[in-house]
Amino acid sequence: MASPSSTARVPRSAARGRHPGSATREQGPGAPRPGSRVRRQLPTSPWLFAAPGILVVGVFILYPFVSTLVNAFTDRRTLMPGEYVGLANFRELLHDEMFWTGLRNSTLYVLGVVPALVLLPLLLALLVQKNIPGITFFRSAFYTPVVASIVVVGLIWVWLLDERGLVNALLEAIGVGKVGFLSDQWLLLLSAMAVTVWRGLGYYMIIYLAALANVPRELHEAAQVDGAGAVRRFFTVTVPAVRSTMVLVAALSSVSAFKVFSEVYLMAGPDGGPAGEDTTLVMLVQRTGTGLTGRVGYASAISVVVFLVTVVLMLLVLRADRKEET
Amino acid sequence: MSVTEKAPPAETPATARAPRLRDEHGRRIRVWELVLRYALLLGVLALTVGPFLWQLSTSLKGPHEDIFSSPPRFLPGDPTLHNYQRVADTIPVWDYALNSLKVAAANVVTNCVGSALAGYALARLRYRGRRLATLVFVLAMLVPAESIIIAQFTTMRELGLNNTLIGVVLPGCIGAMNVLLMRNAFLNLPYEIEEAAFVDGANAWQRFLRIALPSVKGTLAVVAIFAFMGAWDDFLWPLIVLSDPSKFTLTIGLNYLHGTFANDERLVAAGTIIAVAPLIALFACLQRYFFRGVGEGAVKG
Repeated sequence: MASPSSTARVPRSAARGRHPGSATREQGPGAPRPGSRVRRQLPTSPWLFAAPGILVVGVFILYPFVSTLVNAFTDRRTLMPGEYVGLANFRELLHDEMFWTGLRNSTLYVLGVVPALVLLPLLLALLVQKNIPGITFFRSAFYTPVVASIVVVGLIWVWLLDERGLVNALLEAIGVGKVGFLSDQWLLLLSAMAVTVWRGLGYYMIIYLAALANVPRELHEAAQVDGAGAVRRFFTVTVPAVRSTMVLVAALSSVSAFKVFSEVYLMAGPDGGPAGEDTTLVMLVQRTGTGLTGRVGYASAISVVVFLVTVVLMLLVLRADRKEET
Repeated sequence: MSVTEKAPPAETPATARAPRLRDEHGRRIRVWELVLRYALLLGVLALTVGPFLWQLSTSLKGPHEDIFSSPPRFLPGDPTLHNYQRVADTIPVWDYALNSLKVAAANVVTNCVGSALAGYALARLRYRGRRLATLVFVLAMLVPAESIIIAQFTTMRELGLNNTLIGVVLPGCIGAMNVLLMRNAFLNLPYEIEEAAFVDGANAWQRFLRIALPSVKGTLAVVAIFAFMGAWDDFLWPLIVLSDPSKFTLTIGLNYLHGTFANDERLVAAGTIIAVAPLIALFACLQRYFFRGVGEGAVKG
């Protein structure tokens, strides 16, 4: 995650200490240039290079973002321009039971998914870290769920967790009996979380593998000499060494968990269950704001809440990180 | 044998017996540890790949085979491609696959060209407002797509592009993160070669095309693969922007198939295999770029 300041850092050729002459060479349109070629190129072409990207990002990301903020204060509908209504949408949110259901489910999703996605992929990375024969095959195989579309993954698990599906057949075979994974409100949410974790394992495993490669072997050896067992070494050597990666994973996974849509949409259906009790916030946005009668204004207000919560989540993770550090 | 497995320190007997297997630091790996590792690896393998195989197996089971049997039967007794034929009869699955392919291919081309150009402008060219241009991409990257999706939809309506494949491609056709990835790749190149070309009179286009671009092929491949995968797998945006069933992409078509024929598991299974097979093949061929993309996207992005 690049902070604006670090990405905006301008590496001047002079600062890099290469060829003193190069510092003045590309100073921009204002600088006197020896070759007429350069004069012809510079004023226009840099913007030609960047223009397509800026245009796309401006029209399809930044403009919609601003327009979401504006629409949230209007009663705009899909086919109706709408008027300014002040905070009416946000007041309505407070009394909208479905909004609170969505907020609850999306929040529960974060609480359920993030700890699992911070810890399990780390353990998995430790498992595939050592170069034993065939390990590259296992690493690739564990990544397969990441490659598959979320729709494919969702449908595979809908079939696996079906009342007559494989998981229930196995549970029955060992005498546990059938479990209504997809019929009970809470079990369904839990199953969707499990699918999210299942699909995220391989992705975060790769991130952790890169971090583990940078842990000095000497630390482990020193701890081993001191008589620390595997569990002890995990907590005293591995965890501190990959802590910043754990924070990164927590940040990435909590933001994406709060925005959960596809898993629950596929497993609970477009309405989030018979009474919508498994609706998540983004599902509510999609349901409210689309179609010919879509309430764009109201859906935008929910979108603003989604955006604000993701910002708060990021800040919380970063703050927890700083607290632990001091 | 069992003695060595139970003895907790197990150092001497196990290492003596161990095959000459060493880890990356030249230390021997003990046998019981190796056995434990492989057992765990196989367990996780069953969990991660098993569901795909079960789906494949279901898709190959004929109409007369019981797919609900308990205990379950893992292998189809009489494998048949009949279900794939039936998917094609039920929904225009090959048209959907073609739509997905068009969207994904377009996404690859626009992302590669657009982000290479913009990345080069941000990294190498000098002009007023470059910091601002960089900031535009950083801000765009930080906006969560889900929170602007309704406004993107109304924007598409205003442009008259809703319910078209172009509308599916446009919002992500030059990803801000890809631009920043390319920028980083160009920044990591040494200046000297480009300077030499500059002295020789090469203009910005020539320097970009002949010198800088060939040096960042690796990152470009990462951008291409993730653009393909992102477009092929995307669900929420095409679901919102496409309403005409003849224009569906595979993921939306599958959702439709599931919604309409949910109780025909063989059919849905065949559909999902059609959707996932190309990506697994792609992944099998180009693994290292997939892994590289995860690292670059997460750490630098």
